[in-house]
Amino acid sequence: MKYSILLLSFTLLTMNLSCAQSTDNKIDTPTEVPFSTELIIDELQIPWGMAFLPDDSMLITEKSGELIHFKDGKKSTVSNVPAVYVRGQGGLLDIALHPDYKNNGWIYMSFSSEGGAEKGGNTTLVRAKLDNNSLTNSEVLYKATPNTTKGQHFGSRIVFDNEGYLYFSIGDRGDRDINPQDISRDGGKIYRLHDDGSIPEDNPFVSQEGAKKAIFSYGHRNPQGLIKNPVTGTIWEHEHGPQGGDEINIIEKGKNYGWPLVTYGINYSGTSITDSTEMKGTEQPIYYWVPSIAPSGMTFVTSDKYPDWKNNLLIGSLKFQYLERLVLKDNKVVKREKLMTDIGRVRDVRQAPNGYIYVAVEGKGIYKLIPN
Amino acid sequence: MKLFFLTYIPSVVFLSIFIFQDKELEESIKRGADIYTDFCVNCHMSKGEGVTNTFPPLANSDYLLKKREESIRGIKYGQQGPIVVNGINYNGTMAPMGLADEEIADVMNYILHSWGNKSDKTVTPEEVAAISKE
Repeated sequence: MKYSILLLSFTLLTMNLSCAQSTDNKIDTPTEVPFSTELIIDELQIPWGMAFLPDDSMLITEKSGELIHFKDGKKSTVSNVPAVYVRGQGGLLDIALHPDYKNNGWIYMSFSSEGGAEKGGNTTLVRAKLDNNSLTNSEVLYKATPNTTKGQHFGSRIVFDNEGYLYFSIGDRGDRDINPQDISRDGGKIYRLHDDGSIPEDNPFVSQEGAKKAIFSYGHRNPQGLIKNPVTGTIWEHEHGPQGGDEINIIEKGKNYGWPLVTYGINYSGTSITDSTEMKGTEQPIYYWVPSIAPSGMTFVTSDKYPDWKNNLLIGSLKFQYLERLVLKDNKVVKREKLMTDIGRVRDVRQAPNGYIYVAVEGKGIYKLIPN
Repeated sequence: MKLFFLTYIPSVVFLSIFIFQDKELEESIKRGADIYTDFCVNCHMSKGEGVTNTFPPLANSDYLLKKREESIRGIKYGQQGPIVVNGINYNGTMAPMGLADEEIADVMNYILHSWGNKSDKTVTPEEVAAISKE
């Protein structure tokens, strides 16, 4: 009896310890889905980001450096796009419209660029206007330094919050032991700027000597999902872990998200990066994936077109080539569902102003989800 | 004596070229390993095993070993559309990596001499340079 009590308490204790995340990694594949898919734009290589213009046309970034304008069923290539440093994961990346685009016409884009003293490239944020299928008034708002010829982890997603602040992400640029934990260096950070590129006075590290003052949070590996939670107005992020340990985080001012001090992942070689999954002073993800799905693109569903999906998250999987639906309760994932099985590498997913969801798939194009 | 020189000198020359090339290949493989870690490992994995049905394997890959030119072209210009590797169909997209010809030669030499793969002929930057988009 004494033994069994001991055993029971031990079992309960270990169960508690192993329950850092209440949902396990189970994913459901529904036999029936409430939508059909229509490939509305075909023959795209790596459609990285999408933006929806007020005239119902679309802008699509191709990683290779092309900006495509899709209007009235036809694709055209926008001219005067900044020169892009195409190497490894780098290229023309995200695109987002100013919240007041209708009045000011500003389009924001992130991409990897050369320029500067060192060889290689790093992530850059620009804004420009679209005039007669050409970009004009182009301004560089941020250019990360130093350049490097490393091919990984440029980030990068762009989002605006309700107050009009602009957030964008830059990955650790393949230097995990140097960049993410050092706020005097770029890389492995979420940045916050005013819409004109100036630095908000209440950014967390503005008064810290030597710090990059645009930094809003740090300790990130490679964030390729950055959106506003439409209910709370907070910024939600997801990032690629190493092998295992992709994360969803809620981004808070000045916080350290732990990479590479803590991670639920391991090195590609199978060796461990650290024994720690938790550490004082670092934030825990609200969800993590083991094994990695390689997440890219993310949206909250708010439209009435998909009534059963209200306030669910949709996230693309590059690695397993499907669209993941996550049901949330109190900022915890309570259900996962696999949609569009084997569709291809899902690079981006967005809900357009018309309420429909659009999914960008590598080697295919843009799919529209049409409710049944 | 004449016979000695006639055989000795060519063999020294031959041997030194051989050893020199070997050293050069070794250096190239070493550089290629770094390129692999930077650009390839996410998808093709650390032992070149890939992910079945998604990312083709490089270890003991019939495609890599038999289609040298296509493999180099894939790294240089990107690869899109259906290919068959070890009897399994793959229909994915690999973006062009933006590597220099020398880097492509290095990473080819690395993957051609890793995980049980063997190749008699070293890939040179000149060989890579000569391969066009199709």
